[in-house]
Order: sequence, then C-alpha cells, then structure tokens
Amino acid sequence: MPRRAPQGTQAVQRALALLRSFTPEAPEHRLSDLAASHGLHPSTAHRLLGVLEAEGLIGRSPDSQAYRWVPGAPGAGDAGPSPRHNGLRPLEPLRTPFHRRTAALCESGAWRDWSGYTCVETYEPTPEREYWAIRNAAGLIDVSPLFKYEITGADAERLLDRLMTRDFSKSRTGRVMYTSWCNEEGHLLQDGNVQRLARERFLVSAAEPCLRWFEDCGWGMDVEVRDVSEEVGVLALQGPRARAIAEAATTGIDFGAMRYFDLAAGEVGPVAGGGPVTVTRTGYTGDLGYEFWVAAEHAEALWDALVEAGQDHGLLPAGLLALDMVRVEAGLVLIDVDYVSASHAEIEVLKVTPAEAGLGFTVKLDKQADFVGRRALELERDRGPAWAMVGLEVDWFELERLWSEIDLRPQIVGQPASREPTPVFAPGGWQVGQCTSRFFSPLLKKYIGLATVHADAAALGTELDVEVSVGYGRRRARARVVRRPFFNPARKTAVDPMPRVDE
Amino acid sequence: MTDAIVVGAGHNGLVAAAYLARAGLDVVVLESSPEIGGATRSEEAFPGFRFSVFSYLVSLLRPEVIHELDLVRHGLFLVPTASTLNPLPGGDCLFREADPQRTYRHIARHSRRDAEALFEYKLEMRRMGHLMYRLQRAAPDELAAAIGDRVVESAEHLDVEVSAEVADIARYFLDLPPARLRSFVQMLTMSSADFLGQWFESDVLKSALSSSSIIGSMLSPRTPGSAYVLLHHYMGEVDGVYREWGFQKGGTGAVAATIARAARSHGAEIRTQSPVARVLVSDGRAAGVVLANGDELRAAVVMSSAAPQISLGRLLDPGDIPGGAGLVERAARWQSGGCAGKVNLAISGLPRFECMPEPGPHLSGGITIAPGLDYVDRAYDDAKYGGFSERPFIDMIIPSVLDPDMAPPGKHVLSCFVQYAPYELAAGSWDEGQREAFGDAVVRTLAEYAPGIEDQILHRQVLVPPDIEAIAGIPGGNIFHGELRLSQLFLLRPDPAAAAFRTPLPGYYLCGSSTQFGGGISGGPARLAALRVLDDLRTADTAGGGGGETR
Repeated sequence: MPRRAPQGTQAVQRALALLRSFTPEAPEHRLSDLAASHGLHPSTAHRLLGVLEAEGLIGRSPDSQAYRWVPGAPGAGDAGPSPRHNGLRPLEPLRTPFHRRTAALCESGAWRDWSGYTCVETYEPTPEREYWAIRNAAGLIDVSPLFKYEITGADAERLLDRLMTRDFSKSRTGRVMYTSWCNEEGHLLQDGNVQRLARERFLVSAAEPCLRWFEDCGWGMDVEVRDVSEEVGVLALQGPRARAIAEAATTGIDFGAMRYFDLAAGEVGPVAGGGPVTVTRTGYTGDLGYEFWVAAEHAEALWDALVEAGQDHGLLPAGLLALDMVRVEAGLVLIDVDYVSASHAEIEVLKVTPAEAGLGFTVKLDKQADFVGRRALELERDRGPAWAMVGLEVDWFELERLWSEIDLRPQIVGQPASREPTPVFAPGGWQVGQCTSRFFSPLLKKYIGLATVHADAAALGTELDVEVSVGYGRRRARARVVRRPFFNPARKTAVDPMPRVDE
Repeated sequence: MTDAIVVGAGHNGLVAAAYLARAGLDVVVLESSPEIGGATRSEEAFPGFRFSVFSYLVSLLRPEVIHELDLVRHGLFLVPTASTLNPLPGGDCLFREADPQRTYRHIARHSRRDAEALFEYKLEMRRMGHLMYRLQRAAPDELAAAIGDRVVESAEHLDVEVSAEVADIARYFLDLPPARLRSFVQMLTMSSADFLGQWFESDVLKSALSSSSIIGSMLSPRTPGSAYVLLHHYMGEVDGVYREWGFQKGGTGAVAATIARAARSHGAEIRTQSPVARVLVSDGRAAGVVLANGDELRAAVVMSSAAPQISLGRLLDPGDIPGGAGLVERAARWQSGGCAGKVNLAISGLPRFECMPEPGPHLSGGITIAPGLDYVDRAYDDAKYGGFSERPFIDMIIPSVLDPDMAPPGKHVLSCFVQYAPYELAAGSWDEGQREAFGDAVVRTLAEYAPGIEDQILHRQVLVPPDIEAIAGIPGGNIFHGELRLSQLFLLRPDPAAAAFRTPLPGYYLCGSSTQFGGGISGGPARLAALRVLDDLRTADTAGGGGGETR
C-alpha cells in the first residue's frame, strides 16, 4: 500500500526529530535504525535525511555510508535553545566519550575538573587499589581531556621542526616523539607527545590549548592545524598486564613488535569490525603501558573491550589520584604543578627553560632547522641553566625521627601526591628552591618529591632540607638528591614485554 | 674462615645472617631442607597455581629490618589488604573497610553503639601497638635492667649495659598513664572475649575482632591469655600504620627470597640440604657445628633460628653446659603444639559469597569465617578433645586477586588458614583419610557462605601440623615456635636461662620466633639477636679476648 508523502508541518517535525538524533555522543546512525526508532518507513526517512544532508545539517560517514553528525550544524542533537559553536554549548560540563562508563563505576562520587571535563578522581573511596593495580596488574585511565591537534599538509614536518625542540627531520611514520616547545625567549610553553601517523599527518597531544600558537607559527606554510580534542577519546592502559589485555581487546596489531614510543593502527575488539583505533606505547606512569586513541563514536566499544579483556588480569579503572602517584614515582613533570608555562607566567622569574624543568634531553641544538627559542637556548647552553629539576628522597629513619618528636609513627602513608609547593633549603640554611610534587611511595617506602633547586644544589647525592608538616608543626626533613625516575621497571621499555602468563 | 654460622634459613635465620654479613662477618647459613624460607615459603603446587604454603600475610615485619637491609631494592613488594569481610549465616555479613566512616555504617547495621565504640577501641589499640613498638626495640634483659634501675635502683644481677635508647623506652613504659598500663595488663591476662566485651555488645563484631586472638594459638577467644595474642597482631604495621596487612607479590616465599638476596649481597652464603646434628663445643664455648653427614664447620659464633626443642635440645649435649640438664628438660616441656591447618585451593573462578556475590574490593581483603563467639568456641572444643573442628574457623585471602601472577588468567587461588587442627588426633593419626575429611570440612564450611564453591575447585592442598613440622622444621607445627602466653613471654621466652638471645653456652645464640617478641614474619628477634652478637664481639675485642662474648 503506497504511503502518503510527508507533507506540511508533519514533515518538518519529523525532519527536526531526525536531526536531533545526531549528537556528539551518538554521532552516527544507519538509515534502518533511524527509521525504526522514529517509526518511519525507510523510504520516508531516506527522503528526509537526504534533505538534511543536502542542507549540510548532517553528513555521510566515508566508510559505512551511515549518516553522521556534523559539528556545529544548527539543530542537531537536543541542543535546545542555546547555540552551539565548534561543537560546544555554553554552560554545559564537558563529558569525555567514556563518561557513561566511568560514571557508572565511580562509586566514591569523587570527581575533579580537568580542562573543563568532569573526571574521576578515585573510583573507590581511597585510590589505594587503583594505584596498586597500575603497578601490579593494570589500570585503565581516561585521559581524554588532553588537547589534540591534527597537523596535516606538505609542510607538516617543517612546522613541527620549527615549533619543537626535538629534531622532526628524524621523525618516522609509526613513531611517537616526546618533545618540548618554547617561546622565542627559550622559555618552556608545554611538553607533549607527537604521533607521526603518516608522512604528512601528525597528532600533537598537549595539556593546554595551543591551536593559535601552532597556526601562527605555521603562517605561510602549506599546513592545516585542526583541533580534534573533542572528537578523539584517549584511554591509558598501564601496568605489567597491559600487553596481555591490549592484545585481547584489539585486532590487527602486533604488540610483540611494538617498541617503546611506537604507534600502530588496529581495530577495537577481539574480532575485526569494532572501529579503528590508534595505539601508542606511551603513558604517564613509568610502567609498561599503551594509550588508545579512538573516535568518540567507538569510545564505549573500546572501553568495553578493554574491561572485558582485563577481567582475568586484575584490571581496575583508575582515577587521577592514582595517576598522580605513579607519575611522581616515574619522575615525570606536570605542567602548572612542577613548572609554570611561559604562556601564563605573570612574572619573569617563574619562567623556565626545558633544561630547568628537567627536559633538557628534548632540546636538540644540533638539529638543522631553526626552531622557536633556538637562539636563547644556545645562549643557555653556553652559560648553563640557573635551575634544575631534581628528584628528592627522604628516607624512613628521618621520617621516624621527625614524628617521634610528637610520639607518633610517621603519619604519611596513604596520602595522595601533594601539589602544594613546599620550600627546599640548603641543610640548616637558606631556601634554594621548592618541592612541587611529593608523596610517600608505598611501593618504594620512601618519601619522594620533584623539586626545582638552584643548579649548584642539584648534583646527585647533595643533601638538602625539605619542609614537611609533622602534626601541626613544620619541620625540616633531611633529603638527598637522587636519580629520576624513582621507579623504572625494565618492562617499561623491554622489547617484548610479556609477563609470565600460564595457559 | 667462617665467623658465624646460622642454623635454619627461615626468615629469621636469613635476617640474622644478613645483619652479621652486613657488619663484615663471614656468615654461612645451614638449612636442612632443599628450600629456604621455613614457614615463609611459596610453591607452584599445581601448574600455574602458586601458593604461599603456610604463612600468608605480612604486617609484623619490622620497618628497621626493611630499611636497614634495603629490602625494597631486593624485591619486597607489599600490596595492602585493606578490608575484612565476615560472612554470616543467611546471606548477612559484617564488613570492615579502610574508610572508617563506611565501616561505621556497616557495624551500625548490627549495633550503633558498637559502631561508635569501634573508633575508641581502635584508638586504644593503636596506643597499645605503639607501646609494643617501643618495647620491641629493646632486648628483654636490657629492658628489664633499665626498668629495674628505675624501680629498685639496682639491676646489677642482670649484668647488661643499658643503652640510652633502652633507658628511654623504660622511662616511657614507667611513665605510662595508669589507664594505658591497665589496658596492657588486661591484654596480658584476659580472654579476648572479655577484653572486647569492655567495648562491644554485638556478638558478631566481638567474634570478628577476636579472630586475631586465636590465630596460631590453641586458645579460644574465651581462654584467659588470648587477649595477648590479639595484641601480638595489633603491633604490626605497614609504613607506620598499625594493624595494616600486606600481601607480598609472589607469596610469602618471596619475602624469604628477598631477605636471602639482601644477605647474599653482603656476602652471606646459604647452604640448603645441610642439616645440623649438633653444636660443636670446645673449651666451654661454641666452636661451630657438626653436620648430619659428619662434616665439621668451625666458627666463633653459632646462632640457631630453630625452635627450643631443637636449639636447646637436640643440638646440645647437656653435659657440655652448666645447667644443661635442666635447660634441655625445660625445652622439652615448651608449649608449642600445633593448632592450625592450611587448605590451599585452586579454583576456576572467583567465589560468589551469598552476602556479596559480585566481584569487588571485598575480595582483595581478608575474609573470615567466624560468625559468632559460640561458633569459634565450639570449633575449639573439638580440638580440645583431640579432633579437628567440624565447622572450623577460617581466615582466608584470595592471593590471585592481590597478585594476578599467582594463578592463570581467570582462575584463582584461595588460601585458607584453618583452626582448629591439633597436632595429634585422638582418633588415630593424620592419615590420608583424616586429611581429606579435614579438607572436606573446610570446603563444606565455605560452601555455606559461598554456595557452589565446591564445584569450582580444581586442586586442593591440605596441610596439617605434622606437615608444618616436616616441611618447615617446626616441632609440633606451632607457627609461632611456641604459644604466645605470659608464661612463655619476655624473660621467659624461650627459657629463663636463654631469654635474651644468649644461651648458657658462650658463643651460642638464639634468633628465631621462640625468642622475644615471638612469631610472625617480623625479623625482629633475629635483628636484636644479631645486634647482640655484634655487640658481644665488639666487647670481646676491646677486652682483648679471643672473639666471643664475655659471660
């Protein structure tokens, strides 16, 4: 029986209803699904969707031919009255693409803002089990709030070589490079990872926005910088069991061939067809681990595949408190905690060079290309950095001594890493710097911290005093400058890191 | 030239060896069995399944030992077990978590008064733990001398030098507020049920808390003296937090391996399959040992980590030492009957407890079957009359949840510490049939709280006190090398004539769990013993003696 063609207001209502089905959370729909969910005959839905597509309000997925959400299209999603720009609505807390999964597991209700996203601080009331899972089994951490920039074009490599302190003429497709970038004064703006996805395609991940900086530095080049921050979800799978879990949760990747800082493309799920995913052997824990970069629409499938595969390996979702603990053990600096980005340091003295932030190894003054900050960093090479980032360690007996003054055992274990800076002194003397990240590592059974001190107080073995709170009092604990990372298991970089797994 | 011989490569023997070697002595450890570790031992009992054979958790390990021997560098890796679940009949439970406020809620289900009292109780027990922390830093004779100095202005009869630290501890002890001293005396003498009854009304909470008062002891929570065993389990700490417990990655055998690495890093030599027959005596002093194969190994110092029946019995010829006959006689009467068995299970999946069927944090903590004081008391009654408990007390952990390397992916191991199982059965011997019946009683009991567990079992290892005796070399199979009761503590442990690591035979020392402060993976006795040896060697050197102590 022929159906009547949609007419008048009914057709408009149906078209708008269809349009609202496309949201950032559910960006892609097949014709048959839409027809079914809206109670429309497929041919009706097809005609209406065709109009929406012709008007540019929705698009088509290049692979599957499914209809697709278009960022910024008016009327898409249940946007309500508020306008949407760049895919963002005002007064709305941002949700990572994994939010529905993380929210369902966040028993503690402890959330933290990270770049506008609500992120889990700790799933359970205390981060203890999550911390140990990362060191003993595996932890799964949603790090989607990172800013992500896709850099494409014939001059993509040239732009990165100009922006970054590392030598990008040596970068190869399938590798990730950790690098710093500076302003003209050689002051550190940020540090981050750069994936080389193809000869003319890179993905930069950064803690803070840098689209404008990248675009400005690329002025006149044949290059496009695109902010893909909201489109890409990122999961970090970290810990000794990461490889076994990653292997079981993806297809098409030879994890045995992946070296530290390699990247590979595969598909989500134990069988092919779960959607594309990029895997990098990177992380912020100093342990064996991988990071998974996935389009938002495949994010939940990725989460589910990893959690399913992780069940037999002791995998736990881990929050930001646990992540902060392990990254201090790994001796990794955190922007705006351990150093202040020159882009928002209000006074000159807060600015540091990469070397002063412990990132001197990322500065390649022997590289061919000119890069932003080069001349200043060459001057610094000649006169030496003024500050140094060091690892500090306070041993157990010193803690016992301090707390015995108030007749207690050290009350220091079980506390998450502190981000409150505390002064560092020459033994019994003047302040020589500040300790910016610190905590008692239950793994190493030592109080450890990252500190910025005068360069002449930075030699390994140097004794320094660090201020600690003992009860209500402030005391100076004798510390020693030690090598970073504090914890550095061989599996982190091992060529074929397969933990012993029977059967 | 060997300077010192240590008999036994359990954790205490290894700690003693590590301290002596660290001080520059040439040390040889002699272990009778093929494996080191003693009761601190793990094995892959079934392919892919690793068990901590006997001991299963770590809390008493002294921080001094951890840090002076740099054990973290040598492999110490303690994963905390933060919660305790007590399943109860009918799908009920009592759950205690790391978070005190959540624990308050759990206890309040049973008694609001008790939930509140728990804060007070824990505070008092932390203070008691802190007192014990102090006392553990001093050898008992030194402490007695220091206290005697203050009390009677003369303690010369004890003939020991008192260090400033020990004098400080003595002062601390004597200056305790009366309420604290009262708690301490109560803990030395009362039953744990009565002691806990001062705080709590709920039977399930009292029963749950009294678990620590019977572990390793042929005592019921209603037996006077059991409160001390409770205290023994509250003086442990992890990183300054009393009453915390940790699971060593790889099982407790990895603790022994860690200490052995520390000892070897200082040059100690560890020889397995080297049983010692007796201590060699020359000129009235220890001069080495004679091995079971007849070989002699000479050394100026001999330390034994074995239980007193061996150290002060089998290894000595009573004629060699003054008062030897009485010493040997007393050692034979040392109370150290076994009371516990261990049932290790390999299972095909996680157990589903009726009270909390889904996987969750409760599976990475302790799980104890002790649903009431009567229940535990009846379990004790069975053993009192020479049987094993038909419905036993079970203290369980799931090591594979804490450390996935303990079992193949998706499969698990259960460690069940079970009481009571006497060393000698009234109804004959611990033959295969009795062992299986004991294992069945454990599985049957577990199935009451985790239905279906019997169908998940892939392998089962049942160990009873005679096995502990045979494998770990502890006579009677008592995990503490002797009951922890007032008659066997302080200056009476293990004998009035050998209470401070020295024995009546010059050059021969004790360093095992049968010395103060007793058993558990602590290393504390061995550390104090080794320091005593080093002190005696120094004294002898300054006195121009021929090496050895001066008594």
